[in-house]
Amino acid sequence: MSYDSQIFKLTENKEIAKGIFDWTVKNDELPARAKCGQFVNIKVPGRVLRRPISICDATDTTLRLVFQVKGEGTKVMSQMKPGEDVEILAPLGTGFDIKPGKRYCFVGGGIGVPPLLFSAKQTDNPMVIMGFRNKDLVILKDDFKAAGAELYTATDDGSFGIHGFVTDVLSEHMGEFDEVCACGPVPMLKAVAEVCRGKVRCQVSLEERMGCGIGACLVCSCKTKIDGEEHMTQVCRRGPVYDAGEVFYDA
Amino acid sequence: MMPDMKVKLCGIELNNPIIAASGTFGFGREFSELYPLSSLGGISCKGITLAERDGNPTPRIAETESGILNAVGLQNPGVDHFIKYDLPWLREQNTAIIANIAGNTVEDYCTMAEKLSDSDVDIIELNISCPNVKSGGVQFGTSCESVGNITREVRKHCSKPLMVKLSPNVTDIAEIARAAEAEGADALSLINTLTGMRIDINSARPIIRNNTGGLSGPAVFPVAVRMVWQVSNAVSIPIVGMGGISKWQDAVEMMIAGATALQVGTALFNDPYAPIKINEGIEKFLSEKNISSVTELTGTIKPW
Ligand SMILES: Cc1cc2nc3c(=O)[nH]c(=O)nc-3n(C[C@H](O)[C@H](O)[C@H](O)COP(=O)(O)OP(=O)(O)OC[C@H]3O[C@@H](n4cnc5c(N)ncnc54)[C@H](O)[C@@H]3O)c2cc1C
Ligand SMILES: Cc1cc2nc3c(=O)[nH]c(=O)nc-3n(C[C@H](O)[C@H](O)[C@H](O)COP(=O)(O)O)c2cc1C
Ligand code: FES
Repeated sequence: MSYDSQIFKLTENKEIAKGIFDWTVKNDELPARAKCGQFVNIKVPGRVLRRPISICDATDTTLRLVFQVKGEGTKVMSQMKPGEDVEILAPLGTGFDIKPGKRYCFVGGGIGVPPLLFSAKQTDNPMVIMGFRNKDLVILKDDFKAAGAELYTATDDGSFGIHGFVTDVLSEHMGEFDEVCACGPVPMLKAVAEVCRGKVRCQVSLEERMGCGIGACLVCSCKTKIDGEEHMTQVCRRGPVYDAGEVFYDA
Repeated sequence: MMPDMKVKLCGIELNNPIIAASGTFGFGREFSELYPLSSLGGISCKGITLAERDGNPTPRIAETESGILNAVGLQNPGVDHFIKYDLPWLREQNTAIIANIAGNTVEDYCTMAEKLSDSDVDIIELNISCPNVKSGGVQFGTSCESVGNITREVRKHCSKPLMVKLSPNVTDIAEIARAAEAEGADALSLINTLTGMRIDINSARPIIRNNTGGLSGPAVFPVAVRMVWQVSNAVSIPIVGMGGISKWQDAVEMMIAGATALQVGTALFNDPYAPIKINEGIEKFLSEKNISSVTELTGTIKPW
């Protein structure tokens, strides 16, 4: 069985940057099935819909989930205490397609950075380019370094690292890697895809509002062109990761 | 003694009273990775149309206090694809199969009813209550005249049990129910979603791309119970009750109000195992009350 909804134990919950929380949750069965770029759907007390959050890292018995407080649900999540039980549907979706023997460049923007950690760990000598609005929002720097990444950090206002956008850094290093994997806001993803076009393969991870999280309710549809054919596909199942050309073809 | 959970709907025996609600369960494959579909009384499949449809642009869903709004807009692969690729697999799952159909014209509905009458489905559910499509859907479901008319026309082309799904967006649902019964409906299902809206206060944009959507989930439950009760007083054909059922107590309450069987939709998004847990809860309740069959709950309301 691929995914299931089970009880996890929240073992850690710390605020790693302003409004950004870092969870570790434990379960004996499901974490071992996680692949990079996949996500989970978290049942939040008092809310009707679950909250989709990317898998930031995984061991055989734990998942690490890093999220930003946006509205009601993530606020409740930020206040949960270690020791509490959480129901999680996991692992969901189709993650990054990582091929052995290639060098990958992972490009992340803001809260799109977390899923790139588990992904970078699956590859040799990864390059990681991450961008944030300002220095207060910079996350996971030490984790990427510990994973052996060649790391570049940019901020929009220059308050930390390189002053500029991830695409500037990406263009500069073009030729030093075989493929790109990106996660972040859509304008950033489109810009990254544009830089890669005709040069290297680019995979992008999308977001969409979700219901079931497993492909049944069709609320998370995305217009895609796969093998030349246009279809609606479900971001929660065929995605969240697509080849850039599959989703940005008419841009 | 274990209580008997089986119910009969239009001559079809259901494993138990809990049916997955149309549009929340697809054609069952995704949920079958969690539990055998035979643990359900049936599946009301995603609403199908004559031709394939892409549906509305996204976002198609928004959360509300105790509910959700959706405006999927009937994305589906079309009736022929359903019969050829989804139905054979569904048929092997040992659960009742309800085909939910929607059309742009009365002729669309009749053509689909004809095709499905030659297929292996158990029941045809006439969706004349979808609030999220420009033509068709709810326009057929809001006056006695149009409900009576479409039921009569489809009846001529339908040799399967015909269940008409009613919209709550009407002034007097009992009247509409009588019109469907008079023109040959074998059962009624209710309620579909209530039209609603949410707006992002920062952007002043509706959260749903379609601007409005259909409200479902616990927020609509009391409305659904009221309507099931009113309709059960108005007709003698069986009622499949739905709208906000999320726990076994809700299921029992809806049956007491007059429902023979139930559909569970939005609750699946909160907990995909909801139908299983609801069945377990009903079974325990019946045991404790020494009730031998779940069918004994239907319509036992003692109104003041
Ligand atoms: C595949 C996927 C992976 C994600 N990974 C992460 C992650 O690792 N870290 C992180 O901080 N955020 C992530 N998000 C975004 C996260 O799901 C939303 O920020 C979160 O659901 C907002 O919930 P809320 O209760 O704070 O907001 P509310 O505004 O109260 O939410 C209302 C409803 O809208 C939905 N919603 C609101 N914003 C989004 C959004 N951007 N995407 C999808 N649904 C949304 C909520 O799930 C909820 O159903 C991911 C989204 C997707 C689809
Ligand atoms: C995402 C979604 C899609 C739906 N699609 C359909 C549909 O295709 N046909 C239909 O008759 N009803 C559809 N419905 C309505 C449900 O079948 C049901 O009538 C309604 O949601 C109330 O029940 P609930 O509160 O248990 O969800 C849909 C509901 C939701 C939430
Ligand atoms: S969230 Fe239900 S299909 Fe994707």
